[in-house]
Amino acid sequence: MRLTRFFRRARWDEERARELESYLAEEIADNLARGLPLDAARTAAYRKLGNPTRIREEIYTMNSFGFLETLWQDVRYGARLLRRNPTFAIVAILTLALGTGANTAIFQLVNAVRLRTLPVPAPEQLVDVRVVKAPNGRTGTFNGRWPMLSYPLYLRIRDQQQTFSGLTAWGSMYFDLAAGGEQRPAQGLWVSGNFFDVLGVRPAAGRLLAPADDVKGCRGVAVLGHAFWQREYGGDPSISGRRVLLDGHPFDVLGVTSRDFYGVDVGHRFDVAVPICAEPIIVGERSGLDRPDTWFLGGIGRLKPGITLEQAHAQLAGMSPAILAETVSPRYAAADAKDYREMVIGARAAGSGISDLRRTYGDSLNVLLGVTGVVLLIACANLANLMFARAAARGREVAVRLAIGASRRRVIGQLLAESLLIATIGTAAGIAAAQWFSRFLVSFLSSDANPLFVDLALDSRVFGFAAGVAITACVVFGLAPALRATRTSLGVALKAGGRGSTTGRERFGVRRALVVLQVALSLVLVVGALLFARTLRNLTTLDPGFRDDGVLTAEIDFRKVNVPEAARSAFNQRLIDALRTVPGVRGVAQAFTTPIGGSFWNNRLVIGGAVQPRSTNFNAVGPGYFEALGIGLVSGRDFNDRDTTRSTRVAIVSEAAARAFFAGRNPIGQSFEVEGESGQPQPAFQIVGVVADTKYSDLREPFEPLVYLAAGQDEHPAPYLRVVVRTDADMAATTAAATRAILAVHAAMAIKYQDVRTQLARSLTRERLMATLSGFFGGLALLIATIGLYGLMSYMVARRRMEIGVRMALGADASSVVRMIVREAGGLLLAGLVVGGGLSIYAGRAATSFLYGLQAGDPATLALAMTTLAAVTLLASWIPAMRAARVAPTTALREE
Amino acid sequence: MPRRGRPPIEGDMLQGTLDVLVLKTLTLGPAHGHTIAHAIEHRSEDVLQVEHGSLYPALHRLEDRGWIASFWGTSENNRRARYYRLTPAGRKQLETQTNRWDQIVRAVNRVLRPATE
Repeated sequence: MRLTRFFRRARWDEERARELESYLAEEIADNLARGLPLDAARTAAYRKLGNPTRIREEIYTMNSFGFLETLWQDVRYGARLLRRNPTFAIVAILTLALGTGANTAIFQLVNAVRLRTLPVPAPEQLVDVRVVKAPNGRTGTFNGRWPMLSYPLYLRIRDQQQTFSGLTAWGSMYFDLAAGGEQRPAQGLWVSGNFFDVLGVRPAAGRLLAPADDVKGCRGVAVLGHAFWQREYGGDPSISGRRVLLDGHPFDVLGVTSRDFYGVDVGHRFDVAVPICAEPIIVGERSGLDRPDTWFLGGIGRLKPGITLEQAHAQLAGMSPAILAETVSPRYAAADAKDYREMVIGARAAGSGISDLRRTYGDSLNVLLGVTGVVLLIACANLANLMFARAAARGREVAVRLAIGASRRRVIGQLLAESLLIATIGTAAGIAAAQWFSRFLVSFLSSDANPLFVDLALDSRVFGFAAGVAITACVVFGLAPALRATRTSLGVALKAGGRGSTTGRERFGVRRALVVLQVALSLVLVVGALLFARTLRNLTTLDPGFRDDGVLTAEIDFRKVNVPEAARSAFNQRLIDALRTVPGVRGVAQAFTTPIGGSFWNNRLVIGGAVQPRSTNFNAVGPGYFEALGIGLVSGRDFNDRDTTRSTRVAIVSEAAARAFFAGRNPIGQSFEVEGESGQPQPAFQIVGVVADTKYSDLREPFEPLVYLAAGQDEHPAPYLRVVVRTDADMAATTAAATRAILAVHAAMAIKYQDVRTQLARSLTRERLMATLSGFFGGLALLIATIGLYGLMSYMVARRRMEIGVRMALGADASSVVRMIVREAGGLLLAGLVVGGGLSIYAGRAATSFLYGLQAGDPATLALAMTTLAAVTLLASWIPAMRAARVAPTTALREE
Repeated sequence: MPRRGRPPIEGDMLQGTLDVLVLKTLTLGPAHGHTIAHAIEHRSEDVLQVEHGSLYPALHRLEDRGWIASFWGTSENNRRARYYRLTPAGRKQLETQTNRWDQIVRAVNRVLRPATE
């Protein structure tokens, strides 16, 4: 068949019609000539020819692609139906768009964070080489997002492994781009010289690192990320040879990586990569290059062809005892050394990159995917209900079609086409909405201090997911009503004609079940939302043991000032004094870390010669710290300026520490030692005070023993200072004035500020995410279920007008009619609440790890959710009930 | 004659038979549908009763394959009518079909009336 015929088949049909007319004319003329009367001549001609319409149809179908033709007809028919019922169309499409949009958005995040492979050649060959087992934990200094290896460990693994064609190392850190004053952070990477070769990354400009660039004592060179190059250098093609200032040190730029390469840890995009040999330039005297107890690197290996992950893992595990024995840190105490030698090095798949996001948010994303799945299910149940109503309204039309010979399959096809159309438009709108929504989610998780980069580009997996969701939804909400609509007995449908009195209770069976399902699932989501919201509330309102309003921390980096170690305590004091002059500042005190500040320090105490089994948290603070943070002094005294390296070592302990170590005795005057580096003399600390408890690194943890040492007694002060500042003035004004005061002491200093309250809030990002999103989805589910119940009740009232009319004519009053309708709705609600209550308890157990301060089956939460749901749904049934009560018996009866 | 149902199936004997009869009829010169139908009836001495309607899908099919061509003309009774004529491809097709028909007839005859001597 020629395509032109397909497109011109309407004209063709016209020609055929004329041709057949001409046949009839000839035949009639012949018959007349044979002497037949006109009527008989005509009849005989028609009999001879057969049915002209049938013939035209036969030729017409010869000109078309049967299946497509039918589909196209059905779709156009569906579109006409939707246009004629815009309210239905809008409600249906919006509901579905919200459902699919939410699902797609969450899936996009899951896809980006967990499924998508690194944009490098043969990513499936990449493995993450690291310490996979550390039965008693690891000791030392941990830096960066993936502190899995030390540099000495990496070098030995690299030289002894046989399963990789290349093994590279990487670490993350922040560089300060500013020449001085307040810091301007850039995301940095330490990389070994073979990093880009092993990964197979190509340059967009200049050249990338070569192994020759990564040798001990190297000069500072750098490779820029593509986006950073565009942002900071306007994509200057002659970038190589220019310089970039990192922590105040000039680095020569070698080149720029290709556009799509962002690094190896998903969620972060690197700005500048420098060879590991340049670490001492930045870090200075505390360089970790020779220290096996400085954990700041991750290893990435590329498997040799034919080698499996398991083989590589086995080889690494086999060689780890020897390598570990060679690299025990001389600073380790005996117990630490034993723990170190018990570790196991191994390999994990890394084709889709490495990510601390997976640990932090992996479970949250799963729960959210489940929540959005339930929202979609509720939306589908609602749509199915709407479709049932429409199918019922069209019952007579369908019956007529079936009666005059339409096949059941054809009619189902027509009804499904409408669902298909809704599903397609709804999903398209959903995908569009998801783009906005997923970006909102990323910005929710991102912060200035820890910016997230997640590549949300649409790929075939996302489209596949969305299409799968849409098709499932379409079948779920479209097929059942279509099947049901075509199964009715023709006689009944034609007679009833859609105006029947009461069409029998059982006819609403499926629709009732759908409403019960909606109520039940909504209850699950509302309970979930309340649990997460109350968890967040418990965490934000709990007493962390310190005041967070009007407190900020300042990190002052004075490495460039070159203050000798012996003079640093005095220099620190000058800086603290300078800060005390800032207007509005009420207190300034040195601190190694602040509560929930992100740094940890723990060690074992030795009391009366006995090493305590568990590590204790430490902090080193200056005079005024407790006052600045509002931590109450329970007994004894605060540190003061007379606590120096030349006086007795003093310490202050928290109440929890006093209870744990000196149960029943007065801790003041007692002394303890800290398990020190092996072979070093262990100084004794005398306890001079007891303070109230505070949280240490996590709000969710109970108050744990905490020991404060005097910052002024530090034998080896670092070339940077962290202070807490309490201020009455506004934060921005304080930081501006503080920067001026610090730079007045010396110009070559870099400063970073953190608002303690923001830090606290950020530590609850996951809880806030869960509470916000589950709250939103719970509300959405409630809304959709309410619409569903309202729709069903209105429909039932409309269908039962006559029955209600009869009842009222027989003496029922308005209130008894209202009671009847509301009782109906109440029955559905009750069934939904019972089913939903069980589901909620079951689902809540799965989410227990997300809860704080309450249980999954918390009765108050369940009761509150049920009450809310009951109130809203009964309100929704009240309106149709009132409408029923206003039915005038005479009008209702006359209509029949 | 088959009327209802599906479009032509290659090798369907009766369907093919109508086609070959139409082609044969047109060897005498261009004709319109009405003439063709009656011609087939007459020349088969009314044995083959063509339901005239079924002729038109057949004509459409033959034209689609390029074996016949059509044009609008005026009938002997001065009416506008669609005329069909045989194309060279159609002539060749007629030959092939006729040979095939002969073969089938001979084959069927051999079965029905086996040589006795």
